[in-house]
Amino acid sequence: MKYLIIILSTILVNNVIFSQFLGICPFLGTSKKTSTAMGMGAAVIFVLTLATLVTWLVNQYILIPLGLDKFMQTIAFILIIAALVQMVEIILKKISPSLYTALGVFLPLITTNCAVLGVSLTVVTKEFNYGGVAHMLSLGESVVYAVGIALGFALALVIFAGIREHIELMEAPKGMKGTPIALITAGILAMAFMGFTGVV
Amino acid sequence: MVVALLVITAVSGGLLGLVYGMTKDTIAEVDQKKNAAAIAEVLGTDENSKLETVTIDDLTYNLAYDPQGNFLGAAVKTYSNSGFSGRIELMVGLLADGTINKVSVLSQSETPGLGANMVNPKFKDQFNGKNPASYNLSVTKDGGDVDAITAATISSRAFTGAVKLAYEGFEANKSQFIKGAATTVETPVAENSAETTEGGQDNE
Amino acid sequence: MSNNVKTFTKGLIKENPILVLLLGCCPTLATTTSAINGMSMGLATTFVLIMSNLVISLLKGFIPDKVRIPCFIVVIASFVTIVQLVMQAYVPDIYETLGLFIPLIVVNCIVLGRAEAFASKNPVWPSILDGAGMGLGFTFALTILGCIRELLGNGTIFSLRILPETANILLFILPPGAFICLGLLIAIVNQFKKESH
Repeated sequence: MKYLIIILSTILVNNVIFSQFLGICPFLGTSKKTSTAMGMGAAVIFVLTLATLVTWLVNQYILIPLGLDKFMQTIAFILIIAALVQMVEIILKKISPSLYTALGVFLPLITTNCAVLGVSLTVVTKEFNYGGVAHMLSLGESVVYAVGIALGFALALVIFAGIREHIELMEAPKGMKGTPIALITAGILAMAFMGFTGVV
Repeated sequence: MVVALLVITAVSGGLLGLVYGMTKDTIAEVDQKKNAAAIAEVLGTDENSKLETVTIDDLTYNLAYDPQGNFLGAAVKTYSNSGFSGRIELMVGLLADGTINKVSVLSQSETPGLGANMVNPKFKDQFNGKNPASYNLSVTKDGGDVDAITAATISSRAFTGAVKLAYEGFEANKSQFIKGAATTVETPVAENSAETTEGGQDNE
Repeated sequence: MSNNVKTFTKGLIKENPILVLLLGCCPTLATTTSAINGMSMGLATTFVLIMSNLVISLLKGFIPDKVRIPCFIVVIASFVTIVQLVMQAYVPDIYETLGLFIPLIVVNCIVLGRAEAFASKNPVWPSILDGAGMGLGFTFALTILGCIRELLGNGTIFSLRILPETANILLFILPPGAFICLGLLIAIVNQFKKESH
């Protein structure tokens, strides 16, 4: 039950893009076509979940016991994420070259996706309410949280790509072409998502 | 090759450890100062009153006694995890008879313009001088006496809930406080004050 | 000499990181709920930009090409952590408001982008100027966006009341307002860009 609440709240109520503002650059950059959006969404789901898992473990069993978590956290986490992305690239190249080429340049870009580092840091620094009492998330809860966030990211991306494909067919005023009209559309989408407030 | 990376990381780690060592005391002080300022604000106590701190069940009670050892009231550090964006922490000043003297917001991360307005006197001063024995501590939407912030019912509810938690804890442990049967903190006094209280409502 | 001036000023308007290059969107949208928040975020990022550009330019001979990105990241992350600790100690209120976005300066595309594109290939002084120019351009954009959102949403600028409270349009402080304001701001910049051709 608790996990269902985590999933619901991360996908809809506190959507990573429309509510937390993480992952905006890839959101604007890869949402021009629905197919690219789906590829990016899938890649992020994989990397985000894996990254949260590893950083949580490193934080719990290496950083905290050594007392390093107060000032080495940022460095350690981002290095882990960079290394993970590299590893995923290498493995993907070997296992499924077609998928690797399909994702193309997006894979390395996930390193600088604020959502990945953002979620890794959130689960180890913020207390959450799930299950009634405020507490730091356990490993299981953190992973479910990460999956939820990534699903929310993918959902937002695909919806947005669908809308953008239609916008491209229309004649926007000179200055608005491209990013500005996309941002305003995102704003309206954000308003829609605000309707989920208070659901959980 | 990897050596270069390791060297840079090691040097950075050392540098950061240094900066951390230099700033960690100041960082710890920040919390302390905020606490002390909030206690003074909500209780309105001056230098002549003695303070003691005791923690019972998640709430921290900062008890104030006058020079004769009479119990003046407490600044209760309370919280609610039901804020719109998470945890809010308040310092509630309660007088000996249970009346709310003043409330101060210690930390909140509510939406600016909405729940974040809980720090404005317009909202939080409505609690001043009210005694929860006769003042219903819930928002009007839930049948209570508290005027919620417009369009920020969740934040208002969390705030009210935190105040209620402080009041209930205070009332439950008041007998203990009046006797001065507390523990911890640098301030002296305490044990003797029990004898001189003429209040003695609570027989023990 | 004029080359250096150009290096510095390009980040302010012509190649403004957020309004022209569209980098650093996440902190732009999240921290501009008020003018002071936007400005503080910009200044923190500027500090990291200048310092990391400086160090990376100094170390450019020492860093092997294959591990250059991780090395850049470590240098940037170190300065970000320094900013975190100093802000936590000396400006705790702003630190709490900016929250998660201070450590996220590490993945701000502007910082890594300048390190890769400029600092790793240029001498120290121009690198400092490049970092300063980009940082100040970023701060400028953040402050303007913060002023607009604060004025429309709260009626104040830097906490000085300008419009009566009844004129508040709350939407501008909330997420949708962030997207819309940034979109309109970039649209205005685009309009001027096109006219100058």
